[in-house]
Amino acid sequence: MTNELIAITVLWGFIFIYAVMATMDFGAGFWSMVYIHREKANATTIANRYLSPTWEVTNVFIVAIVVALFSFFPGAAFLLGTVLLVPGSIILILLAVRSAFLVFAHVAKEYEKALTYISGITGIIIPALLISVLPITHGEFIDIRKGVPTLNLERFFTNPHAYSFMGFAISSTLFLSSLLLADYSLEAGDREAYRLYRRDAWITGPLSLLMAGCMMLTMRYEAKWLYDKMMEYWPWLIGSVAMFAAAGIALSLPSSRHPHVRGRPRLAVIAIVIQYFLASYAYGKAHLPYMVYPDVTIESAFTHPDTFRALFASYIVGFLILFPGFVYFWRLFMHDKRYVRPK
Amino acid sequence: MDDVIIARSLFGMTMAFHIIFATLGVGIPIMILLAELLYQKTKDHDYAVMAKRWTKGLAVLLGVAIPSGTIAGVQLSLLWPGFMEVIGKVMSLPFQIEIYAFFIEALFMSIYVYAADRISPLMRIVSVFFVALGASASAILITNVHAFEGTPAGFRIENGEIVDVDPWAAFFNPSFFVTAGHVVLSAYMTGAFVLASIAAYQLLRAAQNEQVRRFHQKALKLSLAVGGVFSLLTAINGHESAQLLHQYQPEKLAAAEGLFETQSHAPLAIGGFTDAETQSVKWAIEIPWALSFLAGNRFDTVVKGLNDFPKEWWPPLFVHTLFNAMVGIGMLLLFLSAAALIWQKWLKRPAFPRWLLYGFVAAGPLAVIGIECGWIFACTGRQPWVIYRMMKTEEAVTQTGNLAVLFALFVAIYILLSIAVVLVLRYYFRRHPVADDLRKPPNEGTLPV
Repeated sequence: MTNELIAITVLWGFIFIYAVMATMDFGAGFWSMVYIHREKANATTIANRYLSPTWEVTNVFIVAIVVALFSFFPGAAFLLGTVLLVPGSIILILLAVRSAFLVFAHVAKEYEKALTYISGITGIIIPALLISVLPITHGEFIDIRKGVPTLNLERFFTNPHAYSFMGFAISSTLFLSSLLLADYSLEAGDREAYRLYRRDAWITGPLSLLMAGCMMLTMRYEAKWLYDKMMEYWPWLIGSVAMFAAAGIALSLPSSRHPHVRGRPRLAVIAIVIQYFLASYAYGKAHLPYMVYPDVTIESAFTHPDTFRALFASYIVGFLILFPGFVYFWRLFMHDKRYVRPK
Repeated sequence: MDDVIIARSLFGMTMAFHIIFATLGVGIPIMILLAELLYQKTKDHDYAVMAKRWTKGLAVLLGVAIPSGTIAGVQLSLLWPGFMEVIGKVMSLPFQIEIYAFFIEALFMSIYVYAADRISPLMRIVSVFFVALGASASAILITNVHAFEGTPAGFRIENGEIVDVDPWAAFFNPSFFVTAGHVVLSAYMTGAFVLASIAAYQLLRAAQNEQVRRFHQKALKLSLAVGGVFSLLTAINGHESAQLLHQYQPEKLAAAEGLFETQSHAPLAIGGFTDAETQSVKWAIEIPWALSFLAGNRFDTVVKGLNDFPKEWWPPLFVHTLFNAMVGIGMLLLFLSAAALIWQKWLKRPAFPRWLLYGFVAAGPLAVIGIECGWIFACTGRQPWVIYRMMKTEEAVTQTGNLAVLFALFVAIYILLSIAVVLVLRYYFRRHPVADDLRKPPNEGTLPV
């Protein structure tokens, strides 16, 4: 593996982890808004219970992506920083509002409803904006005016390709989060909430697969180079769809541990994460060597080799230091019955 | 207005907003750690309540510090793509290592807040220690990038190409330790004084029961002790910072002091306004020879004046006022801590008089103003350079345009967040007065957020 490939793998790894964590994070914010009026069900409580300790950690990943991008690929950072000024700023503002009001809502209980609406709505817009970075890297929306690369916002907002990505982001956010919360509810022994979230996953799952189909369809016309190369990785795409089916089966099987409950959500969550991993691998591999088509490749944007070596060493040390912390965190919040089960 | 000015205003505003929350995010964890340690040592329930309430406040402040820090980090790439291209190639290590510090802080902050009732006292202390460590380390690392901008090392620019890259030489650039030290020490000082302000304010309010009064007195003493120690350390370190300027960025020191002619036995100008026409500092108090002594520990140290540099390299001359404000506030805080020490230890009076309490109330806001002045001085005083003698600010700025609209948007969001954070803090602490917390059974270590 060349240095460039290692670097882009690390960056893509961060993006994938963030994508999964963030969809769960943003989705949980959305669901806690949807179910806030149901007095009996604990669905909101369960969403908040998951959300409270994780949002800070999730937020670090987005900073990690930006840092990995400009430290490994300073050349791409210049172009992306320039064209993403407007969408990036809007994302930042929404993220700030959302994170701040998420915290405020927990502290000021009386205003919880209004504040939950703010974090719920922003939480559903942010994934749509975040994913729009991908069609922008396909190059079709970037113009060079007087030697300066600029984003053609008009073309962007009138293009079906951009909207199919956004639709995919929103439906995936709702799908992944409802599935995870279904699992979390069952872990908490709350069948009422489990039924709600399992139903939501049944609706949003096929919807997100449909949106993925739309995405491929628009890609065929708007980014032919990418579509053709993705089709070369068809076994990965077939595998991805197969994992989706596997998740459906897992949700239909009778539970092994809980009598009278249908579905094995833990299995379904794992299958869906693998599904998204396979699909994103095919997408990412097809995207190479371009970071921003057609001007910036991973070779042309790459950092100084000595800097790369130092960064890589720091990654290894950092991982060794952080790993036990993550394990401890996982055990306290995802695995500890005393936390997961509401009193 | 041209794009450089708007971009600088926008980024400057982001930093000015973020730095308040970031500073408290570095300073307050130390205070929580000390309160936890005192609780374990003395088994005095008051300290557990103190840790709990400070943690609650910190959680709200972090709700703004974290997103505003995310904005600052991403805005660097959006507004200064030229600068970040160099940083990416040469100085990305501190950013990268800072990510690990963030992770440590975020993981253990959640553990400390949401799992406090399920972990042992030792693990509680370990958790809050890691929160403090992560916060301090990220402050040190991000300041390192600022230090690099003033004293760049580890690369050269040849025909527009970056060559001879040595990332570790860049990391350990000449002003790293002193500058990072200055930021961290002053953050500890500010965190402590802000908490001292709150305690002093509560003591000034009438009609408190004895238990509540004792609680605030303990909080005040602890904060003043920590604030005093760190204001002394900040002052000592500040002296080193000035000497570093003398060595590496002489025109910045000259602008800070309003010195035009290169000379030995240079005077120190306090107060006043630098006037470029008459080449003097108007209405200033001058202390003969003092600047030379400060710069090199000898009265015959030759201090370079602004006239030795081309005029387009001069920093804006108003930095003299910012520098004075920063140093003046630092001295005042040192004096306040000394007054507290004398009152308690030598005069052995049980309680502080009201006039001194008013002084303590002012200490927190003053410390924050001092931090702001220091940052604006440090960054404006480096102009016209973004990387000293390597890259001009105007070369680094984005070419996109449209900045004025974004500026307005970010102003609006910072105003909204400022108002919201004040309201939320007031709401929470009014709803949960100290008296309620003090009445609860001592063994309840929960911190439900």
